[in-house]
Amino acid sequence: MSASIALQPGALERYETPSTCEPAWVRVVLITIALTFFAVFLLLPLGTVFAEALRKGWGTYLASLSSPDAWAAIRLTLLTAAIAVPLNLVFGVAAAWAIAKFEFPGKRLLITLIDLPFSVSPVISGLIYVLMFGAQGWFGPWLAEHDIRIIFAVPGIVLATIFVTFPFVARELIPLMEAQGAEEEEAAVVLGASGWQVFWHTTLPNIKWGLLYGVILCNARAMGEFGAVSVVSGHIRGKTNTMPLHVEILYNEYNYAAAFAVASLLALLAIVTLGLKTLVERQTRRQRQESIKASEIES
Amino acid sequence: MGKLKRFSPLPGFGLTLGYTLFYLLLIVLIPLAAVAGKTFGMGWEAFWAAISNPRVVASYQLSFGASLLAAAVNVVFGLIFAWVLVRYRFPGKGLVDALVDLPFALPTAVAGIALATIYAPNGPIGSLLAPFGIEIAYTPNGVLLALVFIGLPFVVRTVQPVLADLEKEVEEAAAGLGASRWHTFLKIILPHVTPALLTGFAMAFARAVGEYGSVIFIAGNVPMVSEITPLMIITKLEQYDYQGATAIASVMLVISFVLLLVINGLQGWMQNRYTKGA
Repeated sequence: MSASIALQPGALERYETPSTCEPAWVRVVLITIALTFFAVFLLLPLGTVFAEALRKGWGTYLASLSSPDAWAAIRLTLLTAAIAVPLNLVFGVAAAWAIAKFEFPGKRLLITLIDLPFSVSPVISGLIYVLMFGAQGWFGPWLAEHDIRIIFAVPGIVLATIFVTFPFVARELIPLMEAQGAEEEEAAVVLGASGWQVFWHTTLPNIKWGLLYGVILCNARAMGEFGAVSVVSGHIRGKTNTMPLHVEILYNEYNYAAAFAVASLLALLAIVTLGLKTLVERQTRRQRQESIKASEIES
Repeated sequence: MGKLKRFSPLPGFGLTLGYTLFYLLLIVLIPLAAVAGKTFGMGWEAFWAAISNPRVVASYQLSFGASLLAAAVNVVFGLIFAWVLVRYRFPGKGLVDALVDLPFALPTAVAGIALATIYAPNGPIGSLLAPFGIEIAYTPNGVLLALVFIGLPFVVRTVQPVLADLEKEVEEAAAGLGASRWHTFLKIILPHVTPALLTGFAMAFARAVGEYGSVIFIAGNVPMVSEITPLMIITKLEQYDYQGATAIASVMLVISFVLLLVINGLQGWMQNRYTKGA
């Protein structure tokens, strides 16, 4: 998150005096270990996905992606993300507004509860909805009577996805908005702005990069979730298969080229996500430096 | 609302807090309560029978053992990664820094099939290791490997900012007083990053215990040998044994909550430590 501090130009020179620097051989050994680990653990899996996808040529690759089942999986994945991400976005903004701009008892507990879905195994994230809406679940008999299907159908997939991506936007915004304080908003209210005006014109410009960051990560997880969705999906081809589930089915049928073809789309999504994330981090850093500079000029 | 919060001229407190609590209850708390409800409803004997089945116990041993080991491996390599990213220049550093988060961004099923392909006996690395009798895919080693993959960013991203904030003057002073570089590392740098390392360790461990997608393809899922606990829940569900699945899930949930408290405690310690030090 605050990761790329290290890449600021000038930040490195301060370690390059003889008294605070390791001998050259130590540096070479450490960099070699890191780069080897990087190549074997991160680059190789990523490369393998694309190499396996294209092993039988572009023809097979494109054919695998344009099969009706693959299309259905892609559409369901997009639909799921299109529902889960906006819902968690609205929730994240509301939660951050209440938590960061006001003081009330039980705040820390509320933050811990919001983070809860991150510490629950994906498999359990699916199971809880089976226990609620499955045939033997709390609402199972009532749902069956009214002929409503949630488990082994699209609503269950959407619910499980909302659960696993629940904290992403909120946990980016809460610390950001807490750090910014409420003075600017309070000044705007005193000057006569309405709640919405304050949010659109004062808060949003300050949090837009953090918000985008949270949405990017939320979307990546929503489109890539496997365990939770696998429990509630029922794996009906062309109906309740998302892209990751389609990858699993193809792989288990030894149809590796097709499995990796669909997987390559998800890997591309991951690369785009990381690229955007790096850009947003750079942008936030620039914004922070500008505000530091501005406050230096003022004083 | 006046009593609940300190006075603020800003509007929207009741609406946003109300919506937050409503959504939290609906999506997270009530469904999680279903696990507790089902567990308390099944009776002690059924519960104990489900969680103490030998196959399930073998899965705890694998899940917790491999997760502990993977988190330990991540602490070592995570520290090296954070160190070279903060302190050294080398070609491709920007790329390395961006791709460290790959295990967060890459869908677990994709990572799973890629790792299984690479380390299978006929895969690019598996075939190199096979002549030495080293098997990774379809054994507990494969589980460990997948868990190392998914846990790495937790340690790197927790340690990296802490290492970047360390004052250079302290290290210079140590060197000036005659400490060797290794001595400075052991006595100054390592104690400084220890809270961050422990937090990263706990986060990587917590994630590894619940991990499913990246593990099941490479694990081989041999009963008593390479089945992880989340897979046991799935297996029970596939047999329509909802009670058994819930019992195992409740054990895992209790452990997750304990880990969450530990991580919160560690983060509090980190905050105290680093804000006081600065």
